[in-house]
Amino acid sequence: MNILLEIAQTFVTTCRDVFPVLALIVGFQYFILRQPIPRLGQVVMGFVCVLIGLTLFLVGLEKALFPLGRIMANQLSAPEFVFGTETVPQDPDWWAYGWIYLFAALIGFATTIAEPALIAVAYKANQVSGGTISQWGLRLVVALGVAVGIALGTFRIITGTPLFLYIAAGYLIVIVQTIFAPKTIIPLAYDSGGVTTSTVTVPIVAALGLGLSATIPGRNPALDGFGLIAFASLFPVITVMAYVQIVQWWARKRVKPRRER
Amino acid sequence: MSQNTEYRYLISTLLRRIFQRLKDAISDLFPIILVISIFQVAVLRQPFPQLLEVLIGAGLVVIGLMLFVQGLEMGLFPIGETLAVAFAKKGSLTWLLIFGFGLGFSTTVAEPALIAITEEAAEVAAQGDIIASDESAQDSYALGLRLTVAVSVGLAIGIGIIRILRGWPVHYLIIAGYVLVILMTLIAPKEIVGIAYDSGGVTTSTVTVPLVTALGVGLATSIRGRNPMVDGFGMIALASLFPMIFVLGFGMIVFGVEITW
Repeated sequence: MNILLEIAQTFVTTCRDVFPVLALIVGFQYFILRQPIPRLGQVVMGFVCVLIGLTLFLVGLEKALFPLGRIMANQLSAPEFVFGTETVPQDPDWWAYGWIYLFAALIGFATTIAEPALIAVAYKANQVSGGTISQWGLRLVVALGVAVGIALGTFRIITGTPLFLYIAAGYLIVIVQTIFAPKTIIPLAYDSGGVTTSTVTVPIVAALGLGLSATIPGRNPALDGFGLIAFASLFPVITVMAYVQIVQWWARKRVKPRRER
Repeated sequence: MSQNTEYRYLISTLLRRIFQRLKDAISDLFPIILVISIFQVAVLRQPFPQLLEVLIGAGLVVIGLMLFVQGLEMGLFPIGETLAVAFAKKGSLTWLLIFGFGLGFSTTVAEPALIAITEEAAEVAAQGDIIASDESAQDSYALGLRLTVAVSVGLAIGIGIIRILRGWPVHYLIIAGYVLVILMTLIAPKEIVGIAYDSGGVTTSTVTVPLVTALGVGLATSIRGRNPMVDGFGMIALASLFPMIFVLGFGMIVFGVEITW
């Protein structure tokens, strides 16, 4: 019974969250453009699907994935697990937390692969590029970027190095890559950074960062806890551009010998 | 009569597609379940907490994801594109910009991930004695962050629209933004830097991304001489860059400017 109540409550908040979007579309369609919505039945049914789907998705996330993510972050950084002692030793070595890096990378990869927003953009990119960019290819490359980003982000929290330096270095790499990358891929690559971090990834990753900075001595959640999401949105940009550059280089290499004959 | 058969046809296609999606949704979520199971069983060797609830939750996530993706393709994408095309044809730049701003603001202000993270930020800031720890101070800090982010996303969409109309390359805007972010970080109070960087990734959610992508691609498709691949994407990148700049600015206003580096 409890879960039904929760679904009902979430449905109400989801409706409230989606309402401004709906009001905007209906308002513009009927009052500014003064045109009926084409294929109204299908659109209405689509909206109903989105509402129900989003509701169930959010309830499921709250019930299943959040608690597990939180428990995992606490368990993996507990001193009994990492050092086998009750308390954390002075100046712990960063490599002692190996399992955390692995977990961070894997959870980043897994949540990104399942991200509805990324699925939507991959679908659009595939359509627009006429099938050259495969949906799965894009999703895998973006997920790989998030994995590397979050692992590096946990490393930053554990070592306590300033966030600013990592992000500035990342920007530098992006700028250099932009100079050499094919022009058509640049906007898509930039977009893929923002896409990765939404309803699925944000809470899990934020819980991981705040949990880590609370358990590791010398770290302050207010200063060190945030920043993981920034990593998760920067690194996919780098990997998507790298992916396209490698694919292009490969293609050129295969074409050249044929021409020489 | 014809109305009736139309709806029956819609429902039967819907059901057929839903079963097809079920398989996709399960394969999408399988990685997350796998990662957590492996860590629980092989690494942490601790019993699975609340197993039944977690399983129910996972089931809800699968069904929710499936309905959501189906609903997007039926409702949100077509209508987003129709609206964008209609506005592009109408030729009224003012209305198009107002529409873009409204879309960005309305999809962001109610974004669940953003609400979660601003509340978390207010709580952490209160614990760190950065702001007063009473309820109203926390609420106004959280709301201030949320509105700052929503306004910045609205502006980003507006500028994204101008960019598509004028055909400016997206990377100049983004690189200029990066430089601005780095320069602002130098003088921003360090309590705001982490949350500011994170807010970029948080804004672009499950609702925002599909609509904004549809707007961009639709607009670029409907204007002659614009390539949807080059000009259609890039909107989300702007929507994740602007919040960083605005939240850094918000921090400077609330906490004052300080030279940290």
